[in-house]
Amino acid sequence: MALAEPKLDATEARLAGLTLPEGGCLAPARTEALARLRAMGLPQRRDEYWKFTRPDTLIQPGAIPAPVFANDEGPVFDAIDRLRIVFVDGVFDPAASDDLRLEGVEIDRIADICGRDIHWARDIYGVLEARGQTPVPRPLAALNTAYAGDGLAIRVTGKPARPISLIYIHKSETSDALLHHVIRVEPGAEATILENGPAAARFNKVTEIDIADGGTLHHVRAQGRDHQRRAATHMFTRLGTESVYKSFTLTVNGVMTRNEQVVELTGDDAVAHVAGACVGDGDFHHDDTVFITHGALNCESRQVFKKVLRNGAVGVFQGKILVKPGAQKTDGYQISQALLLDGDSQFLAKPELEIYADDVACSHGSTSGAIDEDGLFYLRSRGVPEQEATDLLTLAFLAEALDEIEDKTLSEDLLARLTGWLSRRR
Amino acid sequence: MLEIKNLHVKLEEENKQILKGVDLTVEPGKVHAIMGPNGSGKSTLSYVLAGRGGYEVTEGSVTLDGVDLLDMEPEARAAAGLFLAFQYPVEIPGVGNMTFLRTAVNAQRKARGEEEISAADFLKLVRERAKALKIDADMLKRPVNVGFSGGEKKRNEILQMAMLEPKMCILDETDSGLDVDAMKLVADGVNALRSEGRGFLVITHYQRLLDHIKPDVVHIMAAGRIIKTGGPELALEVETNGYADILNEVA
Ligand SMILES: Nc1ncnc2c1ncn2[C@@H]1O[C@H](COP(=O)(O)OP(=O)(O)O)[C@@H](O)[C@H]1O
Ligand SMILES: [Mg+2]
Repeated sequence: MALAEPKLDATEARLAGLTLPEGGCLAPARTEALARLRAMGLPQRRDEYWKFTRPDTLIQPGAIPAPVFANDEGPVFDAIDRLRIVFVDGVFDPAASDDLRLEGVEIDRIADICGRDIHWARDIYGVLEARGQTPVPRPLAALNTAYAGDGLAIRVTGKPARPISLIYIHKSETSDALLHHVIRVEPGAEATILENGPAAARFNKVTEIDIADGGTLHHVRAQGRDHQRRAATHMFTRLGTESVYKSFTLTVNGVMTRNEQVVELTGDDAVAHVAGACVGDGDFHHDDTVFITHGALNCESRQVFKKVLRNGAVGVFQGKILVKPGAQKTDGYQISQALLLDGDSQFLAKPELEIYADDVACSHGSTSGAIDEDGLFYLRSRGVPEQEATDLLTLAFLAEALDEIEDKTLSEDLLARLTGWLSRRR
Repeated sequence: MLEIKNLHVKLEEENKQILKGVDLTVEPGKVHAIMGPNGSGKSTLSYVLAGRGGYEVTEGSVTLDGVDLLDMEPEARAAAGLFLAFQYPVEIPGVGNMTFLRTAVNAQRKARGEEEISAADFLKLVRERAKALKIDADMLKRPVNVGFSGGEKKRNEILQMAMLEPKMCILDETDSGLDVDAMKLVADGVNALRSEGRGFLVITHYQRLLDHIKPDVVHIMAAGRIIKTGGPELALEVETNGYADILNEVA
């Protein structure tokens, strides 16, 4: 079917400014992704999947300039012992990074993987993304597969002693970065991936994750606090038998964020948790879009999202649980909650369940409300000033989402920072 | 110490007058009790004193040591030494009881220009005062009042009072929902705080709390007014005859 003209024009306008990286072994994957993209076209305002989030600034040919945030404290995870891998405006910076050798994991740049005969990453690059294009198209991800110039191939073979920490530094006010990572967790292996930083003025990132039987991947991310930065990220995760995926994202500031999580439970007894917390003040639009497919027996999925919004900030949650025929004993849970600190802010939620098996337990809930006046008065009556009391209640609200992080040193690090960020306002 | 003069209060949202001219003065070192039938305005009085929203003072004044309370934010009233033990203590999910206590103590100190209490000193103090109220470590760790029994909530109020050492303590039906043992704990907690400089306003529906916390003055409140004031014997009169006689007598 031919694309409508405005969509076609918008897509071609964006593509005109991009060049396909020298392909090497990934060339076929890139060409196929480009064909996929041309068939679906970039998202437009009237697309159902973009009903709550305007895609314009994410698809226009260049990035809208974003000043670099003047950070007056050490970056997130600074105190954590980790393997540091630095990207500046979307480009790997070896000088600023640690030596990539770490026991239990193999890390390559995607640009380098074609030097080897048959690299495992070739079986994943663009493959999980392509699987995630049905039933809902995700054109920004296809764009990324085609054009991403940098990224890592991470193969977890054992249990590395330290988390692998991807640090995204934003330096140029007009940077428009496309990064693409592929991660393979081998049977029984286990690792933690950390991500933090704004990355660029505009950031398009895709991560494809393949977790083999009995593998475990923890993912904790703190997106950068640059007020004007924009990000569209996709994580495509496929889980094998008895494997575990736990992902948490904290977003404070950023004018536009769309985080998509596409999770496919393909082996029995697998567990997938995706969670997030965000704090938005003023010109802030934050969209969590999650699609979890249960395709095997006795799997568990859990979604927990909390948003604090003030001064006209907008929060979006689109979350779907799809239980395929035969995926019996599915346990699916989903909750999205917004704390609206004033009447100008908005929370738009679209929770969905689609179930084709009869022996399942799925529940979803969505709430949005103001700060609890009784709690606020109680705290104030004990001498806690209104602002501090509000922050305390706000933090308590967010803490339930941060609780989803299994490693308490990580959740406490984030909680401590949040305390400071809330009290300092913008 | 606490001086309430001709206090008239209506609801902000509706045209409903609740307090219709309350006059009451609590002197330092004294315990005043307010008794009265349900719906007479006792809790409203305590809320207005503590600064809760939703009420409008249409006439009258309230001062604490000569300072106008009604103009102050709730937190400023607390820092000035006013404390209200709530009839219905509020549950605050996600905020640990200990964090809550320390935040409150330090906020008041800060407001008064004093130094924050050290973590070690604070811990020692809480443990000691919690023990006297039979509040265990688990209750200190749990979120404020969440999952607490009625009696635990009331004891938790008294713990807060003991930690904050206010000069004017208002207790709103702290005895309701308590069994005899718990009431004794609460009364002991209050009595331990009695001192020359401290005033108490004890609101209660029943006389039995006043067996343990001996009042100096007893007021009877009905329909938004203090209709009778007397000594401890007034509480006993209510206990034996109920409110009907007094209400008739005044009417
Ligand atoms: N927020 C409110 N909305 C409606 N009515 C109220 C409110 N607060 C108090 N009242 C009414 O005011 C009267 C006094 O209530 P209250 O102060 O709780 O009495 P007491 O504590 O003596 O039982 C009652 O009739 C009660 O229904
Ligand atoms: Mg009452």
